[in-house]
Amino acid sequence: MTVYLSGSKIAKQMTENFPEAVAEASDQAVVVKSESLLEVAQYLKSSPELDFDYLTSITAVDYYEYFELVYQLTSLKHNHSLVLKTRCYGRDKPAVLSVVSLWRGADFQEREIYDLMGIRFNGHPNLNRIVLWQGFEGHPLCKDYL
Amino acid sequence: MEVGRSEKNIHLESELDRAEGEQIEALRAHSQKPIPDPDEWLDEELRRNILLTSLDAAINWARRSSLWTAICFPACCAFELITTAASRFDIARFGMEILRASPRQADLMITAGTLTWKMAPQVRRIYDQMAEPKWVIAMGACAISGGIFRSSYAVVPGYNRIIPVDVYVPGCPPRPEALLYGIRMLQHKISKRHTDIVLPLLQTG
Repeated sequence: MTVYLSGSKIAKQMTENFPEAVAEASDQAVVVKSESLLEVAQYLKSSPELDFDYLTSITAVDYYEYFELVYQLTSLKHNHSLVLKTRCYGRDKPAVLSVVSLWRGADFQEREIYDLMGIRFNGHPNLNRIVLWQGFEGHPLCKDYL
Repeated sequence: MEVGRSEKNIHLESELDRAEGEQIEALRAHSQKPIPDPDEWLDEELRRNILLTSLDAAINWARRSSLWTAICFPACCAFELITTAASRFDIARFGMEILRASPRQADLMITAGTLTWKMAPQVRRIYDQMAEPKWVIAMGACAISGGIFRSSYAVVPGYNRIIPVDVYVPGCPPRPEALLYGIRMLQHKISKRHTDIVLPLLQTG
């Protein structure tokens, strides 16, 4: 059975390496600042005792004031998982860093989030619509769509 | 940050995507109003009181007794259609047990399920590839009007936006009995059809 790691414990570990990165932490999840997402992700993937080599899923939530991106990470070796979140402010052109360079599985899911929520992933190799067709106007999963 | 080595193979099909988008937008712009149902056969019979010849009767009998369905089932109504085709309800009784994978061998399209705009050009193409004479049964709420997804940004509100529909079978999904009733209605409709056929044999003689 996969062990769900406590977000606050991981946050404590992370503050040693990245003192500025953690915005919020609870038992359920770690919320990091969007500018340090990639280095935190890199750390979570490469540090041997965490070893999050598998990205289960990415999803995004629209809270009006900000978009929250939810990364479900799993370590196949240690059989534990963690929920990593980041927040993306500004409705005009929301953007975060892409994690395709770390987990290739992020490719299609980031495209889907871009397609339906309009969040841009900087560094994504092919950020195009994936579910809807090109030429579709708007991003229908945003709460202010229509 | 360095991107993985197979970066170049990452589904860069931008040309295809753009062409697809243009095709969908064009079809969507063209399909804002429903296509009228083909019902001139009804009108004609009432107004001019046409008597069908025995040749018509024979041709219509052959046509309505061998309706072959094109395989084009985009969503969940397909399961009721499969049930209808299977042994318990058995549409083989009506001479139509063969579901054709090639639209060129089919003369009936049973539109089982929700249609999205992204899928619409393909359905239209299958319809265009079917040989005349051809008929369409709109099966289920989604096929009739878009159903519960009608107001969605991605769903075609009724198949009659893109293809002319002969018989509507309501239900979500319709029971196999309802579909069978719809098929019987279509056969009834076909039997009223007046055909102008020039047989090649007669031409040469």
